[in-house]
Amino acid sequence: MNETTGKQGLHAALTGGISRRAVMAGAGTLATVAAIGFPNIVRAQSKTLKVGVYGGYFKESFEKHIFPEFSKATGITVEAIAEPTGEAWLVQLEQAARARQAPADVSMMSQVAMLKGASAELWAPFDLSKIPNAAKVVPHLVNKYPDGKVSGIGAVSWYITLVTNTKSYPQAPDSWAALWDPANKDKLGLLALVSNSFLLEVTAATFFGGTKHLDSEQGQLDCFKKLAELKSNVKLWYRDEAQFEASLKSGEIPMGQYYHDVTGLAAADGQPVRSTFPKEGGILDSGSWAVTRASKAGDLAHVFVDYMCQPSIQALLSRKVGTAPTIDRKLTDLTDQEFAAVSSDIAPIIPRYDLYTSKSDWLNQKWTEMIVG
Amino acid sequence: MIRRAPRGLAEHAPILFPALMLVVFFVIPFSLMIAVSVFRRVPGGFYEPDLVFANYERFLTAFFGGVMSFSLGLAALVAALSVGIAFPFTYRLVKLSRGAQIRWLVFLLSILSLSEVIIGFAWSTLLSRTAGITNLFVALGLMAEPQSLSPSFGALLAGLVYQAFPYTVLVLYPALARLDPYLEEAARTLGSSPLRAFFTVVVPALRNTIVATTIMVFVFALGSYLLPQLLGRPQHWTLSVLITDQAIYQSNMPFAAAMAVFLVLVSLALVGLALLAGRREETA
Repeated sequence: MNETTGKQGLHAALTGGISRRAVMAGAGTLATVAAIGFPNIVRAQSKTLKVGVYGGYFKESFEKHIFPEFSKATGITVEAIAEPTGEAWLVQLEQAARARQAPADVSMMSQVAMLKGASAELWAPFDLSKIPNAAKVVPHLVNKYPDGKVSGIGAVSWYITLVTNTKSYPQAPDSWAALWDPANKDKLGLLALVSNSFLLEVTAATFFGGTKHLDSEQGQLDCFKKLAELKSNVKLWYRDEAQFEASLKSGEIPMGQYYHDVTGLAAADGQPVRSTFPKEGGILDSGSWAVTRASKAGDLAHVFVDYMCQPSIQALLSRKVGTAPTIDRKLTDLTDQEFAAVSSDIAPIIPRYDLYTSKSDWLNQKWTEMIVG
Repeated sequence: MIRRAPRGLAEHAPILFPALMLVVFFVIPFSLMIAVSVFRRVPGGFYEPDLVFANYERFLTAFFGGVMSFSLGLAALVAALSVGIAFPFTYRLVKLSRGAQIRWLVFLLSILSLSEVIIGFAWSTLLSRTAGITNLFVALGLMAEPQSLSPSFGALLAGLVYQAFPYTVLVLYPALARLDPYLEEAARTLGSSPLRAFFTVVVPALRNTIVATTIMVFVFALGSYLLPQLLGRPQHWTLSVLITDQAIYQSNMPFAAAMAVFLVLVSLALVGLALLAGRREETA
């Protein structure tokens, strides 16, 4: 048991760093071989779309279950690019776009990153007439520029929930308030950034009657004050998911917030972990497909996004990747049981994305002072 | 060997290439960073060219002052510990047979090939409650139950010193290997104990090497940003961690650049001070 945990830690570190390079190196070799001797493949090569998805389990599932089907249906080859969590990828895309480079043509972006990218006009607008299936996407998951042009289209939804190690916690906790329980001293792993942990929203929903409390600066300060009370319970503020995931599995850090989909996949692999929707609701976040303005493969990207919005593909994503659909559930053939595995009837906590653009620097400063100070 | 100062292009030629590299890889990037540090931050977006000092103002607070002094203190401690351990180690190393020396050096080089991520994960596993070294202590009857030793300041310090140790040895090695053994033998013949000879002859003879190595390790440790996240608690995050946060996660390049410029200036100033102090002692 002891030996395995160590290896998993290392394995997580290795897959995080190396798989992407290996993939890119492999793709490079293929391209060279193709360019030298096979004119037909050179033509096929020009129908390659670079798609950025979060690295790790997520990218593996996409490469295994989704991209091959897409290539079969459309003849477009997908080169999967492992993107880092959160806004790190946004910064890379923006810096690259300034040099007219596109590390990926279409990327899955979190909502905060979508908004920040939109304010810098990083995203090439979508032409909805070329994406008939986009009409099925739930309206609030279609991102728009102020002038109404479409900047992003909902790709998948996911929940961040309360996760526990089943050996350390035979009984699942039922409320986010467990994070504040003095009995859990030094046992939590929480996300390290204000704009990806959404803990202000969790605090507001758990103790102040809802995220509306964050409307005013006083309300925000109330939540910071309450949040500061759980600091002594936190063992790890993580930026890197692999770091927490390994510790959660081994029981080193037996409780925390984590992604419902990945936790479900790990539990299905036989790991002693569980994801619980607290009674205040899980945090519902989502990723949108967006195309960087530096991409020259806009047409292929439209084909790709249209394909991904189909009900059958949304259902496939729920079954294989563990994400919640971005289209009305009734359009899919998901059974009640399948839907329950990726979602919950409890009303979710919706992040206050507006705050992370209008007050991002102030919130970030307060947050850093709270956890470091 | 030319004793007079070089004249003309031909005699300057040998330093042209390193000078060019210095310009391309240090002067230009650093100038760009200074430029970005006075750009205007667009909240919720990126940045626009401008000449504002808000990024520096934001940095000049007690909070960042605290983080800055912690980072400098940590780097100094790592430098002192690394050199303190590596110097006696290397002193013993150069006295071994050639074969043994090569085996040690190859071993140290192989540690260098480990990435910071691997070192961080390895130490956090080694110091963990579930799989760590305390389980061994429990088995030996030294402890009642396994404990978690990471994240903590001690874990961070151990990781950083572990990482810096091979560099320190490799920098000290040539100087110690070249040290004239007669110096020490003379001291011994005149009746000083081995310990006394080490501290009154070997250490002073290599003072400049020791100062230079300490500065190198100090700067090396100052730039560490991954190990503090893996092995430390938030209060042990260095300024480099906060710079990374701003640059990578908050897309606030101007503020990150301002902090980085400040960090470079402060470390240059400290290095200058250390060199100055060394020179003054020498003339005294």
